Amino acid sequence: MLTLAPYEFGGFVVAAGFLGDTPIFALGDGTVRLFPDGAERSVEVHQGGLLAACRSQDGAALITGGDDGLVRRTAVDGTVETLAELPRKWIDIVAAGPQGAVGFASGRNAHVRLASGELRDFSAARAVGGLAFAPKGLRLAVARYDGVTLHWVNTQAPAQELAWKGAHARVLFSPDGKYVVTTMPENALHGWRLSDGQDMRMTGYPGKVKSVDWSARGRYLATSGANAAILWPFFGKTGPMGQQPLQLGTRSDQLVTRVACHPGEEVIAIGYQDGMVLAVRFADQQEVLLRRPGRSGISTLAWDGAGARLVFGTEEGEAGLISLAG
Amino acid sequence: MTTANDGKIPVTVLTGYLGAGKTTLLNRILSENHGTRYAVIVNEFGEIGIDNDLLVESDEEIFEMNNGCICCTVRGDLIRTVENLMKRKGSFDAIVVETTGVADPAPVAQTFFMDDDVRDKAKLDAVVAVVDCRHVLQRLADTSEAEDQIAFADVVLLNKTDLVTAAELAAVEARIQSINPYARLHRTERCSVALDAVLNRGAFDLDRVLSLDPHFLEPAEHAHECGPDCDHDHGHDHDHGHHHHDHDHAHAHDAPHAVKSVSITAGELDPQVFFQWIGNVSQVQGPNILRLKGIMAFRDDPQRYVVQGVHMILEGDHQRDWKADEARESRLVVIGRDLDFAALTTGFKACEA
Repeated sequence: MLTLAPYEFGGFVVAAGFLGDTPIFALGDGTVRLFPDGAERSVEVHQGGLLAACRSQDGAALITGGDDGLVRRTAVDGTVETLAELPRKWIDIVAAGPQGAVGFASGRNAHVRLASGELRDFSAARAVGGLAFAPKGLRLAVARYDGVTLHWVNTQAPAQELAWKGAHARVLFSPDGKYVVTTMPENALHGWRLSDGQDMRMTGYPGKVKSVDWSARGRYLATSGANAAILWPFFGKTGPMGQQPLQLGTRSDQLVTRVACHPGEEVIAIGYQDGMVLAVRFADQQEVLLRRPGRSGISTLAWDGAGARLVFGTEEGEAGLISLAG
Repeated sequence: MTTANDGKIPVTVLTGYLGAGKTTLLNRILSENHGTRYAVIVNEFGEIGIDNDLLVESDEEIFEMNNGCICCTVRGDLIRTVENLMKRKGSFDAIVVETTGVADPAPVAQTFFMDDDVRDKAKLDAVVAVVDCRHVLQRLADTSEAEDQIAFADVVLLNKTDLVTAAELAAVEARIQSINPYARLHRTERCSVALDAVLNRGAFDLDRVLSLDPHFLEPAEHAHECGPDCDHDHGHDHDHGHHHHDHDHAHAHDAPHAVKSVSITAGELDPQVFFQWIGNVSQVQGPNILRLKGIMAFRDDPQRYVVQGVHMILEGDHQRDWKADEARESRLVVIGRDLDFAALTTGFKACEA
């Protein structure tokens, strides 16, 4: 049985997820909404707007950045702690690393805050488009103009530069650490195989790729930006090179805005620009409607750890908790 | 009215050299009680004396697009800031972008045509150039940016008029009009212009401009609209062979690479011929075209078709029905450098149906 508990927040839903079993929503108005035991609790986290959010790696807290220049950590009990401050900067990129490290960026500034409170500076000469931590070791990828720089956070070891002309935004490592992939404004992905620096171009999108997620065990990289979820295979020796991607949840007239892969199975949740959410199984492409179209596009979508529930949010503040019980 | 019945946030772009008075104007925009809430994107906080949580400092980030179009550049920081502002939709009504003094205005304008997210959420309301009357002639002699800024402007504020003589002011006005006769000029001291002359201009809203100015065919107003439909029309057939005569429509101060403009009128056009021609013009001469705007009357088409362009980017869309009492005429304005205006004129007229 499928159930949907709808919420109405009235403001852009920047991120939704779960802290343990508790659904949590980070809103553009600066608040974080928690739903322990189904009842809503609102916490004022940023004075102005909340621009970016991600879950800490231990899953115990939400890390957020705002246009008040603060990086804050909100725990499941609603307590809020300031991790860092860049006065008057809009912090629109945050990333959670191992050992309690937190990466954050604004414009050309990029920093890592270690669990000890110590700050490391990884600013770039041009705009920082995204940050990501490697799956092993305390290593930070900084997406920048004309490529990506890989920094070792705790050592003086020289940074590794991955070059490709143009602007790079979101960046991510493959779960096995073999590949780095970025999204680019030319409606494309760029990838590098770290062993030999081999470049990969993944193109053909009608829109910008804004949402990317690895499927269970890192077999596929699922992406938004087309009228279907596009999933690039990464399990062969050469990754997606020369391979056709899977296309799931194809619709004739709506672009995919968000993708979220099931944590254990080859199933993907797909959010569209009209607010619809589908779940699709890779093997037979069987589709299940999770939410009908609403007033605005899906802006965030996430599974819980067990893969039994999903949360979503939209640009206009509609949101919900979907349970796939039974 | 101009504000976004399409739900798009109007954006005003301020250009002008350091010291021309942009900050003075910004302080006025932020402090005056006009009932509109502005989000302001500045290059540096400098002397902005207003505490506004929607004031953001942004390093200009010029992104080249790897799409084969040599002059396709956008302001990456602007895309990012608009995206961030949309998370606070409802807390502001309009956006003002201040550019650095030496900035080329093209990437800012192109951002509003090229980036899908920005196009969806925001529209260029007007480009406003603030000019220091004492120094502008020297700047124009020294740099091409000053000329570009004036060429791009929908509105020019002639600031610090109290610091020049009447003759000097007249010379400045003549020079600016020689570059861009289609911009509206306002003489000011300390940017003391009525803000509605600068903000919410709807300079890209043709109807409003026409309703304000009955002299439709006088070269003193604007002809463009930010339509939802990007043709991004880069034609390939090169069309030579219209060099019949060498009459130059621009006037005065003919420095070798001076910015000049031409306004061409024609009757009803054959759309197929026109699209091929205009695509060709923007492809071949795009680097030299600063701005292009026009209204077309296509044969058997009940609607006016509006085009505008920046360098190689061309955008066009149907605007509205021709009214019964309107002459079905086509009109094209091109502002640029080293353009063969005679060939443009002949080429445009050759599109007549």
